[in-house]
Amino acid sequence: MDNKNTSGGKRNFLSIFYEELSKSSLTIIILSVISGFVMGGILVILTSPEVYKAFGTSFVSGISTSWNIVAKTYSSLFLGAIGNPAKITAAFRSGDHALILKAITPFLESLVVTTPYLFTGVAVALGFRAGLFNIGAEGQVLVGAIAAGWAGWTFTGLSPWIHVPLAMLIGALAGGVWGFVPGFLKVRTGAHEVITTIMMNYVAYYLIYYLISAPLRDPNEVTPKTPWILESAHLYRFFPDPIRFHLGFFIAIAVAILAWFVLFKTTWGYELRTVGLNPNASRYAGMNITVVTIAAMALSGAIAGMAGASEILGVTWRQSQALATGYGFDSIALALLAQNHPLGVILTALLFGFLRSGSRLMQLSAGTPVYIINILQAFIILFIAAPAIIRTIFRLKQPSAKEVVASTISLSEKK
Amino acid sequence: MEPSTKTENGKTLFVDPSKLRQWLPGVLFILVASFIKFVLNKSIETDALTTFATNINEKAIQIPNFVFNTRNALDLIAGLCAGIGLYQIIRGFKKKTSSIIAMIGILVVLGFLVWGASGTSISFTGMLAVMVIRSVPITIGALSGILCERAGIVNIAIEGMMIAGAFAGAVIGSIFGLWAGILAAIVMGALLAMVHAVLSIKYKVDQIISGTMINIFSTGLTSYLYIKFLQSSENQWLNESGFFKPYAIPLLSKIPVIGPIFFDHNLYIYAMYILVAVLSIALFKTKWGLRHRSVGEYPKAADTLGINVFRTRYLACVLSGMVAGFAGSYFSLGSVGRFEQTMTAGRGFIALAAMIFGNWNPVGALQAGMLFGFAESLTTKLSLLNFPIPAEVLLMLPYIITIIVLAGVVGRSRGPAASGTAYEKESL
Repeated sequence: MDNKNTSGGKRNFLSIFYEELSKSSLTIIILSVISGFVMGGILVILTSPEVYKAFGTSFVSGISTSWNIVAKTYSSLFLGAIGNPAKITAAFRSGDHALILKAITPFLESLVVTTPYLFTGVAVALGFRAGLFNIGAEGQVLVGAIAAGWAGWTFTGLSPWIHVPLAMLIGALAGGVWGFVPGFLKVRTGAHEVITTIMMNYVAYYLIYYLISAPLRDPNEVTPKTPWILESAHLYRFFPDPIRFHLGFFIAIAVAILAWFVLFKTTWGYELRTVGLNPNASRYAGMNITVVTIAAMALSGAIAGMAGASEILGVTWRQSQALATGYGFDSIALALLAQNHPLGVILTALLFGFLRSGSRLMQLSAGTPVYIINILQAFIILFIAAPAIIRTIFRLKQPSAKEVVASTISLSEKK
Repeated sequence: MEPSTKTENGKTLFVDPSKLRQWLPGVLFILVASFIKFVLNKSIETDALTTFATNINEKAIQIPNFVFNTRNALDLIAGLCAGIGLYQIIRGFKKKTSSIIAMIGILVVLGFLVWGASGTSISFTGMLAVMVIRSVPITIGALSGILCERAGIVNIAIEGMMIAGAFAGAVIGSIFGLWAGILAAIVMGALLAMVHAVLSIKYKVDQIISGTMINIFSTGLTSYLYIKFLQSSENQWLNESGFFKPYAIPLLSKIPVIGPIFFDHNLYIYAMYILVAVLSIALFKTKWGLRHRSVGEYPKAADTLGINVFRTRYLACVLSGMVAGFAGSYFSLGSVGRFEQTMTAGRGFIALAAMIFGNWNPVGALQAGMLFGFAESLTTKLSLLNFPIPAEVLLMLPYIITIIVLAGVVGRSRGPAASGTAYEKESL
């Protein structure tokens, strides 16, 4: 069909390009993100009393007010996430080191926020690839953080070269245990991992609440907090205070690349993906589903645990009772958006990290609450999960049959 | 399925797993009994007394407080545990094992209460009354889950529907009155459920992803609207719905102990009783219920018999959303009297657990709801007693119990067979 069209000669390059584009899943992804932002913008307009007032005076002023509000929201989101471009260029022209650092602080801060997203995004994506829905990243992050923190203040007299990897490893191990349990229960007893991971989240939450309030509490503090981790356990920070950009970011990138390599370049990764796509077929092919499922879940948990570890070793240096991170839940949308591809996760984690980091300034200066980000995420999940909606809105063609959209893999148990 | 049963029977194991499932809880029960007998009991003076206060207000007929010897009571509890354990090992409770586990749990907690309150007094009636109140959102939420799953749709969006219901209830309730608030909450739940239904039935999106999306959306939306509008002082009137006052049912509320526990509450508690009864009858005694369940078990067969699978599922989903929205309005209109951010605090997920724990059965859901409610009410009491177990550890228990039950360590609970799978009508 395609060959006929191209050889027909009547169609120009653009229309062929458009046709190819309209079939690709990348188009769906980009359009989903754009549509998410549009829906968010509509919501901002609908919830602004000024708009209704302006529409009361005249239609034109209503439209312009709406536009202004949306523009203000998204531009402050951008400024908060990346920084002021004018200031950045001016700083680079002046060549002043301190000025440059000050100008790019928001950008670096966004990278700090991105770091845990990278870990949790890869963790959830890895689970999805094996046909597992790991909603438990939240709990795995928490136990990873507390375990790494414990290692950070308990082991004294170690060189940073040993202490940091050791603490990271212990954090990953704790998260791995938190992932192992649902995986084990799934293959052994058929308990659905969605429910067990949600339950494990609560167990983690209360466990940590308890640990911080009693056994691991710093006795010198009024409010329950853990002790500070030792200097030797700090993840290396590249710039002087208050810039918190730390080594964890690059570790996270390395983990994402490693995950990609394992998933797509090794036999084990192939098995994992096959089990995720069709457990029955892989059973007949002689693959050990039990081992693959448990290992995938434990690995997913371990990577999520590293997110917590990198947060406590690189950013907070101690754990207080303000626990809810939200990273675990956000990463579901993030992984779906990346089509569960670890390298795609790098991009979507950057997107989510910048959104989250920029949303603070947005709430301050444009008065749009940070929770608009959650709403954007919900819409993005909606459009990614139901590509038919996007296809209908933008009149795209059906994809060719060979294309497999990862997000449409059914996660429900097949019997 | 035939082949799978064959392979299971064909396996020769050293220990019959069903025997193991029977013995394991039994041994556990006896261990618990010996712990109560030999650890708790030994730490108490022989003549120590425990008082359970029985009256919480003057409405019910007053009866004297329940005072007893601590050690004797502990002996009794240990004996009960040991008896149940022995019966479990010898005969086995079979399908009832999971409720027996729950009962042992209650006995253990009771033991700790008796032990902790030794020498002092606790209001046991008050605790149970709080239990009933706390069980409301969990039980009604679980009913919502049952409605949906019995027709073959997984609804993990109960949490999201509840928080949206709580918000709509508070705002509309503040403007137009409490009853309008309830109505708004129900409509809100139905709308979200409609989204879930369209996504999972028409677009065949994975039901768990769709549910997750609704959870993220409604948590985000309610928090967004709350910060944008309800936080400023001039808008306070939008978030002052107040709540339904308790209404003591004549006669029934006069019964000592039972009255204050069950029959001296507000609308939501009575609605919970009615909903449980109505849903039990509707699901298991009517033609509608049979059709509803058949769609959840084997949609293809149901379709062959002329039942409209899609319509049944849409209806189930919307009904489920209405119930969840109503459950959500409990938070604003039934207890706090205003909306607060993330006020459902994961109750929607506990409701899911209660649904599984209650074996997809309304009465079971009520029991499970009460269990979770008891755990919540317990933690509020614990700080008053010098309890050896931290409150957080006890708060963990419901979740751990759910995992254990779900894992089928004790008599597997099984959901509707077609739950979670989209139905594809075969074309000719």
